[in-house]
Amino acid sequence: MVKVLAQREKQVFRKGEDTFNIGCERNSVAGSVSQRACVFCGSRVVLYPIADALHLIHGPIGCAAYTWDIRGALSSGPKLHRLSFSTDIQEKNVIYGGEKKLYNSLIELIDIYHPKAAFVYATCIVGIIGDDVDAVCKRVAGEKGIPVLPVHSEGFKGTKKDGYRAACEALLKIIGREATDKVPEFSINILGDFNIAGETWVIRDYYRRMGVEVVSVMTGDGRVADIGRSHGASLNVIQCSGSMMYLAKKMKEKYGIPYIRVSYFGIEDTSEALFAVARFFNDTEILERTGLLVESEVERVNRQIQRYRKKLKGRKATIYVGGAFKAFSLIKALHLLGMEVAVVGSQTGNIDDYTRLKDMCLPGTIILDDSNPVELANFSLEKEVDLFIGGVKERPLAYKLGIGFCDHNHERKQILAGYEGMVNFAKEVYSSVMSPVWRFSPRKTGRMANDIG
Amino acid sequence: MISAEKNFTATTNPCKLCAPLGASLVFKGVRDALCLLHGSQGCATYIRRYLISHFREPVDIASSSFAEAAAVFGGGDNLKKALMNVGSQYHPEIIGVATTCLSETIGDNVPMYISEFKKANAGTDLPEIIHVSTPSYRGTHMDGFYESVKALVKSLARGGDRTDRIALFPGFVSPADMRYLKEIFSDFGLPWVMLPDYSETLDGPLWKEYQRIPKGGTTYDEIVSLGCSQATIEFGHTLKTGGSAGEKYSVPRYTLGMPIGITLSDEFFSVLGQLSGKEMPAKYGEERGRLIDAYADAHKYIFEKKAIVFGEEDLVIAMTSFLLEIGVVPVLCASGSKSGTMKKTISEMGAGYGRSISVREGADFADILDEARILRPDFMVGNSKGYAIARELDIPLVRIGFPVHDRIGGGRLLHLGYRGSQELFDRIVNTIIECTQAKSPVGHSYM
Repeated sequence: MVKVLAQREKQVFRKGEDTFNIGCERNSVAGSVSQRACVFCGSRVVLYPIADALHLIHGPIGCAAYTWDIRGALSSGPKLHRLSFSTDIQEKNVIYGGEKKLYNSLIELIDIYHPKAAFVYATCIVGIIGDDVDAVCKRVAGEKGIPVLPVHSEGFKGTKKDGYRAACEALLKIIGREATDKVPEFSINILGDFNIAGETWVIRDYYRRMGVEVVSVMTGDGRVADIGRSHGASLNVIQCSGSMMYLAKKMKEKYGIPYIRVSYFGIEDTSEALFAVARFFNDTEILERTGLLVESEVERVNRQIQRYRKKLKGRKATIYVGGAFKAFSLIKALHLLGMEVAVVGSQTGNIDDYTRLKDMCLPGTIILDDSNPVELANFSLEKEVDLFIGGVKERPLAYKLGIGFCDHNHERKQILAGYEGMVNFAKEVYSSVMSPVWRFSPRKTGRMANDIG
Repeated sequence: MISAEKNFTATTNPCKLCAPLGASLVFKGVRDALCLLHGSQGCATYIRRYLISHFREPVDIASSSFAEAAAVFGGGDNLKKALMNVGSQYHPEIIGVATTCLSETIGDNVPMYISEFKKANAGTDLPEIIHVSTPSYRGTHMDGFYESVKALVKSLARGGDRTDRIALFPGFVSPADMRYLKEIFSDFGLPWVMLPDYSETLDGPLWKEYQRIPKGGTTYDEIVSLGCSQATIEFGHTLKTGGSAGEKYSVPRYTLGMPIGITLSDEFFSVLGQLSGKEMPAKYGEERGRLIDAYADAHKYIFEKKAIVFGEEDLVIAMTSFLLEIGVVPVLCASGSKSGTMKKTISEMGAGYGRSISVREGADFADILDEARILRPDFMVGNSKGYAIARELDIPLVRIGFPVHDRIGGGRLLHLGYRGSQELFDRIVNTIIECTQAKSPVGHSYM
């Protein structure tokens, strides 16, 4: 039996053996080696893909260094987001304050790069040393004539979710700045897609084929001007609800734009997303075009994944992702491949998410909130899984244990969204699970790697 | 000398990392140790991700996971809870507590918290707790690295009867370098203690069972014994003070450049000869012979090719010495650190070859790119973070050091000694040849 830290016992649930009262939405237990990042990380990942904005990280160098060019969020135009800017706070700034350095940095960078807006991320120590980031931003905005937005993302002020919210606050200050007279009726905003490997372009193309205009994407291949007129759209279609729900609710309050929650992962969810948008507009032509699109794509995908399904049937998987919503789609997608989910968890799920996860899973499935390497490794071994779906931090854990791995995090270079994404996903799972290299793993041979037996 | 030196206020595309990363590395090289970062959860997670992407090994780093209350009232409770949980989950022998900018700025008294923790848990079997101060607003990851080595020695090493052991402080080198160093010491018949030693923990085999802390690393007892060493060898031109075993226990100290290339490797092997009282084993003479033979075979392909070298100062300095001796012109040597001695050391090295070299301390990649546009180098030597520039300039990047995030095998890159220099040399020459071949309208299949 896997031993779990006493303070974490409530955050581990085994379906079928106890009553459901999983603990979640808590601060990470000190010393537990959480796979979570921090508030700053939440803000940074959400705003990162806005390609024509300056992203200046106010604080010591680490936060900027570790987030330089780490997201596979592509841009069709400017690529300012791929540079890493920091005020690189030094000891003397800690003593005397960093406002002057922040001001000078902003002026200097805006003069060099001419961004359409600037985001200033306040990291852990900024408030503590007494810098008034809002005041500096306001002053620079006045002098340079572009929005200069503070993003209060001090690492300790909550969890990654609070970082999402700080990012949404910044976006709200851009929304409404542009005219909306040219926005047509059949128009939407895509919220919570980050154009990893070009996924936004795939999704946009579906909407184009349906006859629905995409006003803005927040934030994949994002542009400040598009976000500025996004309040003209008729509907907000949210994918990564963990990060964007707050923004959608605010836009509903302020501009009366309704929203729907969707996922573009897997054929079932992608089709449902497109139909939901078509149904919203209730236009015969759009509905008809959507029906044709879905039919032809689904037929194609089913044909293409046949060979993988044959090989993967009955295999087991662990899923550990940031937001729980992604896990729902992954479970469905794995089922489509004939696979079972034995362990599933997320960094930031809430009680509704976990209830839904529980309902989707087979008895015996282990559900984890804010897990750590010890638990993830031991539960995966206990369940003898063949595949682990996670991010960079989980990858070496899976490989060490001789388990195949699929990267479903934001560093990947492959499209996993939409119909073609499903084919890629099947292929990637197949490539890792079926690789002959696992024949040499100690888990299969029963002896250490340096022992030839 | 050409200079594009401008003084930017902001740092763009940093050529350095923060101090807690260096501390995390050092504690990965101590047996049954776990590093605990005292600050926000993100620091541990970001650093784990950064190290994992290079070493492709699990890297567990704990965090005291500050919440808002801790930042206001102090992080003592969090630290104590974290120490307890790390203890019960990992059963480490040593916990390295490294601070972050947050805990340093709010003025947390970490030594006091640790002593309170020990007092409250007196009578139980507690791990050794080593505190190191690593605020990220002071210095770079290399300061965190050296400070952690010092903290371990200072806290654990004891004096006593002198043994024939050599204390080896290799600095930030690769697991492959560490394995080679151990082989060299064994072949000289010299007993050694190397600190840190992550040659196994950051480049190990697949597991049969889950390992909470992968095996390998300098042992507790070995660190205790450092005060009784015969001598201390440490690599790094910029080091002002050593692992402090030297000063406290008057262990004779040899501060050498990282042994890259013939000149610096010769210095290292001579010291080993002196300390062991033995001739250099034939194997290394042969390696040296093959290396010089390769220099002769390939010298024309690289003579007066222009290179930019960047990364940690000690690596940059040693690489510069190597490039100079093979006839490459290091037109720019840059580091994000600024120990204050790199410029002088490199200028002197360059003067020995009649070269005047542009040196940038405290540089970022924006500075390097600006200068590169004027200098028009043929290739770059450094970590994979230089790829963006290499791509922009359309020149090759020879990957060395850390991080190598865009290739497999970062931990297996060998840099040191005759053997490491041989690998570097072949890679550099072949990179140049490949470039010429690819751009040639004919495309000969011979050289």
